[in-house]
Order: sequence, then structure tokens, then C-alpha cells
Amino acid sequence: MFGAQAQGYDEAVVIDEADHDDQRGRVSLRSITPDDALTEWLNSHGFGRLVTRLSSVGILDVIATATPGIRDLLVLGRIKALEQEGVADLIVVDAPAAGHAVGFLRSPVGVRDAARSGVLNRQANEILELMGDPKRCQVVLVTIAEETPINELIETSFAIEDELGVRLGPVVVNALLDELDGLSPTSPSDLPPAADGLEPADLDALRLAATFRHERQQLQASQLTRLEAQLPLDQLHLPMVFSPVIGTTERELLAQHLNQQITERVANDPEDHQGTTP
Amino acid sequence: MTRWFDLIADRKVIVCCGTGGVGKTTTAASIAVTAAQAGRNAVVMTIDPAKRLADALGVNGLGNTPQIVDGPWPGTLAAVMLDTGETFDDVVRRNARDAAHAERVINNRFYRNVAGTLSGTQDYMAVEKLAELTESNQWDLVVVDTPPTRDALTFLDAPRVLSRLLDNPIYKLVTSNRGGVFQIANRAAQTIVSQLGRVVGASVVDDAVTFFQSFEGMEQGFRDRALATSALLTQDATSFVLVASPRADTLDEARYFCEQLTSNDLSPDAIVINRTLPRPGVDATRAATLQHQLNQTSLESASIALSDLIRLSTDDRQRVQELAALAPEALLLTVPLLASDIHDVPGLIDFASRVCEPAAD
Repeated sequence: MFGAQAQGYDEAVVIDEADHDDQRGRVSLRSITPDDALTEWLNSHGFGRLVTRLSSVGILDVIATATPGIRDLLVLGRIKALEQEGVADLIVVDAPAAGHAVGFLRSPVGVRDAARSGVLNRQANEILELMGDPKRCQVVLVTIAEETPINELIETSFAIEDELGVRLGPVVVNALLDELDGLSPTSPSDLPPAADGLEPADLDALRLAATFRHERQQLQASQLTRLEAQLPLDQLHLPMVFSPVIGTTERELLAQHLNQQITERVANDPEDHQGTTP
Repeated sequence: MTRWFDLIADRKVIVCCGTGGVGKTTTAASIAVTAAQAGRNAVVMTIDPAKRLADALGVNGLGNTPQIVDGPWPGTLAAVMLDTGETFDDVVRRNARDAAHAERVINNRFYRNVAGTLSGTQDYMAVEKLAELTESNQWDLVVVDTPPTRDALTFLDAPRVLSRLLDNPIYKLVTSNRGGVFQIANRAAQTIVSQLGRVVGASVVDDAVTFFQSFEGMEQGFRDRALATSALLTQDATSFVLVASPRADTLDEARYFCEQLTSNDLSPDAIVINRTLPRPGVDATRAATLQHQLNQTSLESASIALSDLIRLSTDDRQRVQELAALAPEALLLTVPLLASDIHDVPGLIDFASRVCEPAAD
């Protein structure tokens, strides 16, 4: 998406606009794996010798089993450390998918309860403090306007807010088709004057496309209404990108859509969005 | 389609694998429906905690034992939702010396963590449940809806999960000592255990040591079982069906799955591609001409819809071809994108009837 090679554990700058007068942003990427995070964490907490021993006898599995959620906790711990180091103004985490998201975010609670003393317990408490402070951390749920993804989003949102007390930001609904008017399934078959001179194959294709689009638009509209009724959160909408890959152009288009909607929200209600502007 | 029906009529085990969000659960259920329609006794097992199978079958809830689903077929259809913890407890009870031994292990907190969260435990118990269903001789076909994982190997390798833990040096150090529950004679082991205690807390280490010591005597049973269940996955009567969708991100996942199966000397017998888009009978150039010609007419929207659909379905077709190339020997099948999700048996029957071979270009 950023035209960069697969990112590793170390930070890699992919956009640097510091030289431009009007834009002075910078985006960097990194991929955090539990094993790398564990080694780094143990080293930084004075367990360097233990790292060598653990690696040599291979008992990381035992620790991971003894303390459920430790792998996810290590990733969250690294993110917390990055936040405290002030490496960026905003850290965006691409978290696991719906079925795993709650387990991922719940991991500090599990670890805190399993390891009731020791440095891991402290680590878990510090992460919970970060996650519970809406000025420092919010969760943005992303979905598409289809039945199962919306159901899973609603379940996930209640689990995150009620169980974990993490503040939810707006919901992003991705890949929405533009609403086209005049697509009732019968209109292309009514053969209005514009149909003069069209081949039968053209009419068949138009009919197929109109019927399909009409059906998808109706489904999309009903799912958006259902989401609004069942989840009282602001929605940000992103259009379907008609491209096999998301490159620079598509990425910037999506960013523009998000920016525009967020700017509107902030202009309309600056109080409510204090501290949450991008 | 004959090959597809033959496969469903002939196999004893069909494992549906693939990433999440591609209709894997629905596909697994529809395979069992097709088998029941052919007069077989089929059971479909899901690991999905989101209860999608119960939803697709229109039943209120599923448990760890097969529940019969009524429908218009000469065979039998049943469904099971794996309860990892319950299945693991059953395995412990089968391998324990006596009831007291089993309870000692089951009540240990480290064991509860093993049963609930050890990486691969869910896959491990899925294979265990699969073996249990196969051995009951009650079913002609067991269809497995595997957990949505990126790594097919976790499922294939699942029976060895506990063996690996038991092969761990800490287990050997702890169980080779006869001095008492928490007395570990070996100095090296003591050092490691005390350092671990500083990291994870002493109570966690105590639980682990107690678990390893109480597990002693059971490991051989687990190892033998692991070998037997592994054999079940590689037998000729077992088929792997790769479920995918034509989305760009799932293509990469499907490629990875195929590579993983191949590295285990296995290959998918079929690839089912769900959610394919309809293909209009005109090409992109003609669609562009039409869009221009129909601008500002009552068919303008239809012409835009046509251009959009062609762009999407062209990408779609390209990916179907790339998926087919992953396993040229496999039977390639597609299912069109449906207007709504499936919530009952008639919906599943409809889905099963829409599984078809893709039209030639």
C-alpha cells in the first residue's frame, strides 16, 4: 500500500514530506511480532541472561502457556513503550480481525489475573491504564455494509466498551458503492427512448448490472440503517475502490474522504471532538 | 460437477480450510447438505466461536455432541460445535490412571490455560473430535470447518501440540525429580524456575510445576493418540477443500495454504471460490461507449452500474484464474455472491445448488 517492501520489526519511514512547505508529515511502518517483543522486553527489564537460557532450552512455550494472552500483551506492551517514548504524534495499530480483536485487547486483563505479582503484572497494569484513557487510546472499528461483518462489529463493540472500558471512536464503513438513482429493476427492461439503437446484448448487460447494483445498494442501505439503530456511534464512510490493488492514488483518495468527514465533524461540534482530531 | 458429487459421495472426511470471511462455514455446511441429499449420514463440525454454523442451519445453538438437523433428504445431517475445554477434559479422563488423577490435572490452573489458550489447542482438539466422530462409526462423512487461521500447518500439526510441550526440558527436569511437589533438585532447573518466577510471578510457576508433575504417566497415551489422529488426516479417504473468495487479500492467503498443504505432501481436491460476481456479456470498451452514449438519459445510472460491475468482475475473473493455477489438479468451483446471508436449511440447499464450475472464457 505504501509501495514499500514488507516491513520488519524496526521502523521504516515510508512517507517523508518534511521538505515540502505545505505538508510536513511523516509516516513510518513497523511490524511487531510477539517473539521479538518478548526478547526486547526481557532484555530491557534486566533478564538478558534469561533470554539466552530460554532460547537455548526453548521454554518460551511454557511461559506463553502459563500466562494466557502473553503474546498479545507483549505486542500491546511494545505499543505502550512506543507511545511513552513519543516516537510519533499518532500511533495507528492494525489490530487482529473481529474474532480475535477482543482477545487481543483483553490480554492485559488475563495476564494481570494470571500473573498476580512480578514485572509482567506491572506491565499489564500499565497497558490497562493506557487503554482506559480516551485521550491516549481509542479503538476505531472498521466494517463493510454486509450482514455478518455488521453483526460481528456490533458484538465486538459492546465487548470492547462494556468489558474493557476502552473508548470507541467512530466506526468506519468501507467499500461502499455510490448510490445511483433510477435503478429499479424494471427500468432497463422498460426500454425508454434512450434504448434506441442498443443491441440486445447491451440491454441484457445493462439489465444485469442495474439489477445487481440495485440489489447491492438496497442491502447496503439496510445494513447502514441497522448499524445506526443498533450502535450509537458516529459513522465514517469510505467508497469502494475500483482497483485490484491499493496504491498511492487509492490510498490518498481514501485519506481525503476520511479527512473531509472528520473535519466536518470537528467544525460542527468542536467540544465533542477535543483531543480526538487526527 | 460429477467429480464434486463423487467426492462428497465417496470420502469419509472432508476438511474445509481457508482464511476467515470467505464463507468457509457455509461451504462446509452445504457439503454436508449435499451428502445428506445423496443419502449419506453426514456430520459437520465447526470450531467457529461466532456461532455461524448454528446461524446458517437455523438452529438455536450447537454443542459438543452431534445435533440432528431436519431437512428434506434421505440421509442424515448433524452438526457439532467444538467445545475445546470439554473435549480436552475427555481426553485427560481417558488417559488418566483413575478419576482422582484426572481431576487433579483438570483442576490445575496451568492445565486450564493449556486447555483454553495454548497456541494450537483449538486445532488439536478439533482433530481429536474428528477422530472421535470417525471412530464412532455413526457417520459416513465428517465435514470439518477449520478455525480461521493463516497457517494450515497448525491444523495438520495439531496432534503434536502437547507432545511438543511434554518434550520441553522443563517438563523433563521437573518430572525426573522425585523429591516432592515443589522440590526441584536440579540446580540448573531451580535457577530457570526462579528466574521465570520473577517474570511471570511465583504462583504461575508453581501451577506449571504441579501440572507437569501430575501429568506424569499420561504422556504416552497422548503421544500414541497424536500419531493415530495424524494418520487420519493423511489417509486417502480424507480430502482437503480450499475455500476462498476472489478478494485480493484472500488470494495471498489461499496461495499460502496451497504451499503449506504441498509441503505436507497433500493437495486440495477442490477449490471453492465463494462470492463471485455476475459477468455482463459486453466488454469494458463497449461499456465505456454505452456510458458515453447514455449520458443524461434515463439509462445513465444503469450504464455507470455496468462500467463499475465490469471493472469489479474483471478483477474477480483474474483472481479466479490465479486461484485455479495454484492447484491445477484440483476441481475448481464457484458460488455467486448472494443477496443475503444464510439463516436456514432452505437457504443452505439453495447455496449447495449454486456451487458450479466456472464458465469458460
